[in-house]
Amino acid sequence: MTSTTPKPQAGHDHDHDPIHQKVPSDLALRVRSLESLLVEKGLVDASALDAIVEAYEHRIGPRNGARVVARAWVDAAYKRRLLTDSTSAIAELGFTGAQGEHMVVVENTPKLHNLVVCTLCSCYPLPLLGLPPVWYKSQAYRARAVIDPRGVLRELGLDLPEDIEVRVWDSTAEIRYLVLPERPAGTEHWSEPELAACVTRDSMIGADRLRIG
Amino acid sequence: MNGIHDLGGMQDMGPVPYEKAEPVFHESWEGRVFALNRATSAWRKWNIDASRFQRELIPPAEYLRMSYYERWLEALIEMLVKTQLVTRSEIESGRAAPGAVKLTPPLTPDKVGPLLARGAPANRDLRSQAAFEVGQPVRARNMHPEGHTRLPRYARGKSGIVARNHGVFVYPDSNALFQGEQPRHLYSVRFAAQELWGSQTNARDAVYLDLWESYLEPL
Repeated sequence: MTSTTPKPQAGHDHDHDPIHQKVPSDLALRVRSLESLLVEKGLVDASALDAIVEAYEHRIGPRNGARVVARAWVDAAYKRRLLTDSTSAIAELGFTGAQGEHMVVVENTPKLHNLVVCTLCSCYPLPLLGLPPVWYKSQAYRARAVIDPRGVLRELGLDLPEDIEVRVWDSTAEIRYLVLPERPAGTEHWSEPELAACVTRDSMIGADRLRIG
Repeated sequence: MNGIHDLGGMQDMGPVPYEKAEPVFHESWEGRVFALNRATSAWRKWNIDASRFQRELIPPAEYLRMSYYERWLEALIEMLVKTQLVTRSEIESGRAAPGAVKLTPPLTPDKVGPLLARGAPANRDLRSQAAFEVGQPVRARNMHPEGHTRLPRYARGKSGIVARNHGVFVYPDSNALFQGEQPRHLYSVRFAAQELWGSQTNARDAVYLDLWESYLEPL
């Protein structure tokens, strides 16, 4: 590093312009420092960290859960297994592991709506939905989902009629919950991949109900 | 511990901060913090309950100010120091102490896939008589342990119905304090929303919690 800062010139590539370079936050610097310390001490392997980030950025996400839901919609026997022995049925499609070791799938019906929360931290079925979104981990959601689920859902755009029962699942132990949304009307002739493509992350948390068109 | 992490039922927390098309990580350091937590846990110096408890020990005002991954960073540093994998002065300098022996990381890239796919089941194959049966009315104990517990304040002293017996699971209250797994039965208990929140709530609605046997008493 040189102590003299080159003066930016007109037309200079902004990627190299020190004035426009993004300054790393204190947090980013602290994390970088911790990582380099742990690598130096031989406590972690940096390429293992890359592999973990890569897995959750590209491989382990809500498309997995959507495949389970679509299978349940087209295969009644699978759906029965999914609702009675969720962990094994999900493993049939190859989804297992960290924070999905003990799964329970709960089914939405015209008269019942399920909503998942973790009031104490932010437990979430990682193998099926990936890492949780910020709103799921927020203080507002964790605080309010149990006392005012209907208000929270209204805020998220879902106004449930009074005669639908709302069940909130507070993930206080190592059981992880996935909502099996209702198959939307108008999809009777859709293929399993087409069905999977219409299943949203939020519908599998219970923060949404699916509609077509 | 009656800590700030036990948020269920609090009000005045503002709107739910929903974001469309949210990235998995907003900043690359968040991904590194998440990965550092996973990778260092492979040393088996602590367990999932201990790391949750460590995050609960963040002072309340700090807890509310911090982002999710910032809490994970702070708690990880505390666990690393507490278990003597690193020293406080190494954290401050960012360098290994002179003469420190270089170790071999237990988690290599080839082991990441199998580790994530295997997870760490918390059930235990232990023959034990269940104290409660499905359909039985129970009450969550009015208890206020100062350590880690997974019985939220909003359910304490409230009555519900056993909806399911999940089997025998590691007990977080003892495991978080490194006092052993002490496995026991875990139940799904249905609490009517009106039992928890009063008669102005919809009479159909309910909250289900997963509660260990020792959190419950017969009615």
